[in-house]
Amino acid sequence: MNHHDDASRISATIGKYQSELLEDWVANLKQQMIRFDAAAEQATRRHCSQLLELMCSALRQGEIDNIEGRGWDEVRHLLTEISQERARQGSTPSETAIFVFSLKQPLFTRLRTEHAQKTELLADDVWTITTLLDKLGLFTVEIFQKSRNQIIARQQQELLELSTPVVKLWQNILALPLIGTLDSARTQVVMENLLEKIIETGAAIAIIDITGVPTVDTLVAQHLLKTIAAARLMGADCIISGIRPQIAQTIVHLGVNLEDVVTKATLADAFVVALERTGAAIHYNKAGAKG
Amino acid sequence: MDRIPILRMGDLLLVTIQVDMHDRLAMTLQDDLTNRIVQDQAKGVLIDISALDVVDTFIGRMISNTAAMARVLDATTVVVGMQPAVAITLVEMGLSLPGVRTALNIERGMALLGKRYHE
Amino acid sequence: MTSNFGSTDSTEADVEIKRLPVQNSEELVMLRKHVRDLAVQLRLSLIDQTKLVTAVSELARNALKYGGGGEAVLRIVRNGPRHGVRLSLIDAGPGIADLDMAMLDGFTSGGGMGLGLGGARRLVDDFAVHTTLGVGTVVTITKWKR
Repeated sequence: MNHHDDASRISATIGKYQSELLEDWVANLKQQMIRFDAAAEQATRRHCSQLLELMCSALRQGEIDNIEGRGWDEVRHLLTEISQERARQGSTPSETAIFVFSLKQPLFTRLRTEHAQKTELLADDVWTITTLLDKLGLFTVEIFQKSRNQIIARQQQELLELSTPVVKLWQNILALPLIGTLDSARTQVVMENLLEKIIETGAAIAIIDITGVPTVDTLVAQHLLKTIAAARLMGADCIISGIRPQIAQTIVHLGVNLEDVVTKATLADAFVVALERTGAAIHYNKAGAKG
Repeated sequence: MDRIPILRMGDLLLVTIQVDMHDRLAMTLQDDLTNRIVQDQAKGVLIDISALDVVDTFIGRMISNTAAMARVLDATTVVVGMQPAVAITLVEMGLSLPGVRTALNIERGMALLGKRYHE
Repeated sequence: MTSNFGSTDSTEADVEIKRLPVQNSEELVMLRKHVRDLAVQLRLSLIDQTKLVTAVSELARNALKYGGGGEAVLRIVRNGPRHGVRLSLIDAGPGIADLDMAMLDGFTSGGGMGLGLGGARRLVDDFAVHTTLGVGTVVTITKWKR
């Protein structure tokens, strides 16, 4: 079967009945709309009209099977726009796909008229249109998913940035209080951030406090150790504080080697050690009040 | 041929590595440095690598060897200014710099060297 | 002899960007610059850029030292939504006799820190070595944008 001929034939059919197809399609969609919204109807009508136009010319170019090809660039572009807009407006992916699928019925009606006595031709064209619209519909679903994933990724990134605070405790001493479950990705970001801050503030010691961390797995423990090694290479040092009993057990079971690292039970203890190491000393005034 | 300049500050020598070193340059630096340590009777060497955005095993080896040579000549070497990305990469590769002390910056490096000779 | 330490998916597509000679130190410096530029262009994070360029530097030095110089082929590779930098280092040297040994830390035949290919491998996502004694070696590394 010559696909080029099929494509041109279908293109011709669409071209011939274009305005009627548009009306039927919009009517179909309107029936599915939950509430009447003039602006939405206008937008939908515009989309349908543009899509028909673009599909017609894409088909005229002869390509039917591959909607990823150049000939279908404009159609995909329009569908992407429509899909993203609907994603932003809160539609579901199905609603967007149904937008495309709703064109089937009006088209089949016109095909029946065109191929009144030619059943084989009718069957072929119906099949071609079905597969084509299925592909386009699925395409919109994929775009929709991609859009949503991008939004989620961006929000995750923002959350990550908000939750990695490095605090300057004192001259040359930084603290990084970690809170919540650490996963590999988050730990990496946090650690890189810490090293940057060490350079920025010229800190000699960074206290990594994990009081607020319920569990640690091998990957996270490895990231911690690598960060400490990197800090040392740079010329600073790290103290880990706030290791809970459960974490201590996990660390030993995992065989993680913390021999080289100073660990303290609390942030306060770690701070005292850090002060000593940086040459500071705490002095209390005689009257008993802290100085 | 370019040479990497070596600055003298009292009994310290300061080397700032700013270019992507190729082999000849690295060898020349080692020669120059060892000569200067003897000539100036230097007790300490500061190697500033804050401009290096890549340190591979060749450069790493060069730095370690330089520190070793300096030690034989009774001078202590401190490497300063390693960038975080470089540090993380070295750790990932499993490359340590044996026999090399490090400090965050020149000021800290000098403080470190000051402590060292009085030990 | 061939070793693959990562996936080579047949749904990948790559585009060659540049071919660069690696015959001396100056060309090594140029190669690093080109790789860095491409990594920046593809928006790899600073750490990933550094790891990639460092790995390239290691491989290129190997080619110079043991392979009599060689050629680097720089590509952009795509797999679905992912994209990344792929580099192949080709030399017509003696080949690597014991690949498994070469991949271990501490391996060296020419003196040095003895990290060989193992260190470089840890810096990248995909790593493949093809080597034939008396013919040459091709090492291909890939770093994906995360």
